[in-house]
Amino acid sequence: MYVAVKGGEAAIANAHRLLADRRRGDRSLPAIGIEQIVNQLGLAVDRVMGEGSLYDRELAALAITQARGDMIEAIFLVRAYRTTLPRFGISVPIDTAAMEIERRISASFKDLPGGQVLGPTFDYTHRLIDPALAEDLPVDAPLTREAPETASPRVTDLLAGEGLIEPDGVVSSEPPGDLTREPLEFPLSRELRLQALARGDEGFLLALGYSTQRGYARTHPFAGEIRIGEVEVRLFVPELGFEVVLGRVRVTECQMVNQFHGNAETPPQFTRGYGLVFGQAERKAMSMALCDRALRAREFGEDIVAPAQDEEFVISHSDNVQATGFVEHLKLPHYVDFQAELDLVRRLRAEHASERKREAAE
Amino acid sequence: MTSEPLLRVTGLEKMYGTRVGCRDVSFELWPGEVLAVVGESGSGKTTLLNTLSTRLAATAGRAEYLMRDGVWRNLFDLSEAERRLLMRTDWGFVHQNPADGLRMTVSAGANVGERLMAVGERHYGRIRSTAVDWLTRVEIAADRVDDEPRRFSGGMRQRLQIARNLVTHPRLVFMDEPTGGLDVSVQARLLDLLRGLVSDLGISVILVTHDLAVARLLSHRMMVMKDGLVVETGLTDRVLDDPREPYTQLLVSSILMV
Amino acid sequence: MSARAYNFAYLDEQTKRMIRRALLKAVAIPGYQVPFASREMPMPYGWGTGGVQVTAAVIGPDDVLKVIDQGADDTTNAVSIRAFFAKVAEVKTTTRTAEATLIQTRHRIPEHPLTSGQILVYQVPIPEPLRFLEPRETETRTMHALSEYGLMHVKLYEDIARHGHIATTYAYPVKVEGRYLMDPSPIPKFDNPKMHRSPALQLFGAGREKRIYAIPPFTEVVSLDFDDHPFTVQEFGAPCALCGAEGVYLDEVVLDDKGGHMFVCSDTDFCEDRRAQGFGPQVTEAAE
Repeated sequence: MYVAVKGGEAAIANAHRLLADRRRGDRSLPAIGIEQIVNQLGLAVDRVMGEGSLYDRELAALAITQARGDMIEAIFLVRAYRTTLPRFGISVPIDTAAMEIERRISASFKDLPGGQVLGPTFDYTHRLIDPALAEDLPVDAPLTREAPETASPRVTDLLAGEGLIEPDGVVSSEPPGDLTREPLEFPLSRELRLQALARGDEGFLLALGYSTQRGYARTHPFAGEIRIGEVEVRLFVPELGFEVVLGRVRVTECQMVNQFHGNAETPPQFTRGYGLVFGQAERKAMSMALCDRALRAREFGEDIVAPAQDEEFVISHSDNVQATGFVEHLKLPHYVDFQAELDLVRRLRAEHASERKREAAE
Repeated sequence: MTSEPLLRVTGLEKMYGTRVGCRDVSFELWPGEVLAVVGESGSGKTTLLNTLSTRLAATAGRAEYLMRDGVWRNLFDLSEAERRLLMRTDWGFVHQNPADGLRMTVSAGANVGERLMAVGERHYGRIRSTAVDWLTRVEIAADRVDDEPRRFSGGMRQRLQIARNLVTHPRLVFMDEPTGGLDVSVQARLLDLLRGLVSDLGISVILVTHDLAVARLLSHRMMVMKDGLVVETGLTDRVLDDPREPYTQLLVSSILMV
Repeated sequence: MSARAYNFAYLDEQTKRMIRRALLKAVAIPGYQVPFASREMPMPYGWGTGGVQVTAAVIGPDDVLKVIDQGADDTTNAVSIRAFFAKVAEVKTTTRTAEATLIQTRHRIPEHPLTSGQILVYQVPIPEPLRFLEPRETETRTMHALSEYGLMHVKLYEDIARHGHIATTYAYPVKVEGRYLMDPSPIPKFDNPKMHRSPALQLFGAGREKRIYAIPPFTEVVSLDFDDHPFTVQEFGAPCALCGAEGVYLDEVVLDDKGGHMFVCSDTDFCEDRRAQGFGPQVTEAAE
């Protein structure tokens, strides 16, 4: 005799207990410390902070451990925590021109005020697996020098001085939109679009940015400048009447400089694609800048012919927490709907068979 | 013909920034009349068609239309709801490429029936028999009613598009090079069919074509456009047999040389 | 982190107010999809975050909560959501439809008729009934604004042309109060008539798609159809093999790999209740 399935509660509890066991793994090995992750898997931490939209290195590292290294799961943990946090205020826009630079490169000028600063980059390394890293051998201390006296103006500001690039927009007195607090309605303002891109999935934006280079909405990009370093976050406190420094965050900024031929109203000038991400996330910032420029097609009266230019398509599918939830929800039971379909297919097949029989009889 | 026109266009202009799409266009269209707009590509004829059908916004001028309730309305003052209703009831739009005007993945019957359903018809049997009736009228066999237009030839697709437009008995149909992509023999058959339907149903048509032979066969009156302006207008036979403007003469002689 | 680290029912009061505003608007315009700023929840998108947010916004300490998934109280996701609210809102929970003041559901409406004062919260994956006919949000919004619903009938027409009858079996589109076309969430069309003039308040939450909509009590909910192909619900050839109930939605249970199967109530509470009352398999069936 069949008995209806029971015991979901116990099964779930047991599954979670097994998960905890597998996460910890072999107990004879020391557990990974949060500090170790923060220090030695820094780029993973940066990605979780960026796509989790919360600047907290320790928390991101904790999420990575809890998620057993599953990045999207870690991002999800951070997001779910972030949403419960109270909002105290909106900072003054960070000033990336005043960044304490660790890396700064421009692909459009050979040399420029402040110079090219390579910083800690994988570029030019030979991608050879290094067996020596399996042992904890001593690593040389980096060579450092005093920061140069000369400022490092942004490349786009240099171009803007000559009027060669579109102006950088004006700071509106309106508070900026916030996609985590207001419903998103298309078409989006650029700030909301940039917010969505900044937390968008690195792989998705990378693929879309790549598609623009391969001819699906070419934007003729030049990496005007990529800079990575720390900037001050300031909050204007009305009660005090001045800005207070809250701390420093590390960000990656990419400004793409794109060709544009101009139209009747506008003389020919370069246009911008913008990327800004928490931490060191160069690939993400570049992809974001490519996508931002492609998504501005409507603004420039360009034909919308490729996925990367389609705002609804890009923004509706760029969030990996949403995407993974919906893809993975296919694991949830669908007995009821499947039953309805099963019933229909059986009926259609029966009708089909009797139709065949009738035809054969005729 | 009745004593009132169906459409009155005055000083119509469509600019793209500083570039002229079409300018200074004025004419009247009468019930049952077929007006051909001819010219080379870039002459502004397609811009004019898209502006009149409110697919583009005019930058100046008026286009007054005599609605079914007898009221004159400037098309550019209509709300989006009114425009869309007009589009699916009292108007038709036949695209050069049938794929632009058809739903390629639903059956021919549903393609024809869509407008009926959009205005509230809720009887499947009636929708289907109306669809079959219209397919027959455009010379598509009734047993193709459940086939998707993907399986149709170019000529059949175009005829299906026409049936889909005419099912609500529109009074005004816009046509953009309706025979453009078809073989010559297929074209001739389609032109015949169109001529018959238009005169049977008393539909007014604004027909854009670069093909003077099509204009000759279908239209009563012609407007010749160049650089966004109307350079000559008159009865079709008169314009083609006795062109007055040098540009029209050139256009007519070039077709005669072919 | 202990439950106390979070506000009552998890969401902060500001967020709850935002959701309640959206709910009020939804109730005022039955069937209309109200955008809301859906929050990240501690369960994945697509797993009921919309329903959970709606429940969190309306639940009070005196509520008695029932959570079902596919009609059953004991399926994994139902268990997980029930446990969530038991923890963050410390409310009483139940599996009995009649005892619940608030029922969160995925894909079913309970068989036991709902009563005045009860709230049924649906989890919705894709709130837009026109989505698979027209992928663009900007266009579907216009279609709703102008009541341009011909396209939906084109779909039903195609079903009949192809199969001889309407082949939509779940998420069957309805017209609410004669105005808005609405997706009832993926409930089987069997449940559609239960929405019509229901005395309970029906709330729909789509977290990932950030939409809320509602059917206030005693609202007209009509399943789309044609005059000559009227809407019908699924019928099952046999009664429930456990409690003998007829006219209820049944799940098919596969018994072996030789095609052996049986049909039992999808609504587990309903089935248990009947068996507790002494109902059992119908004799004619048992003879097989």
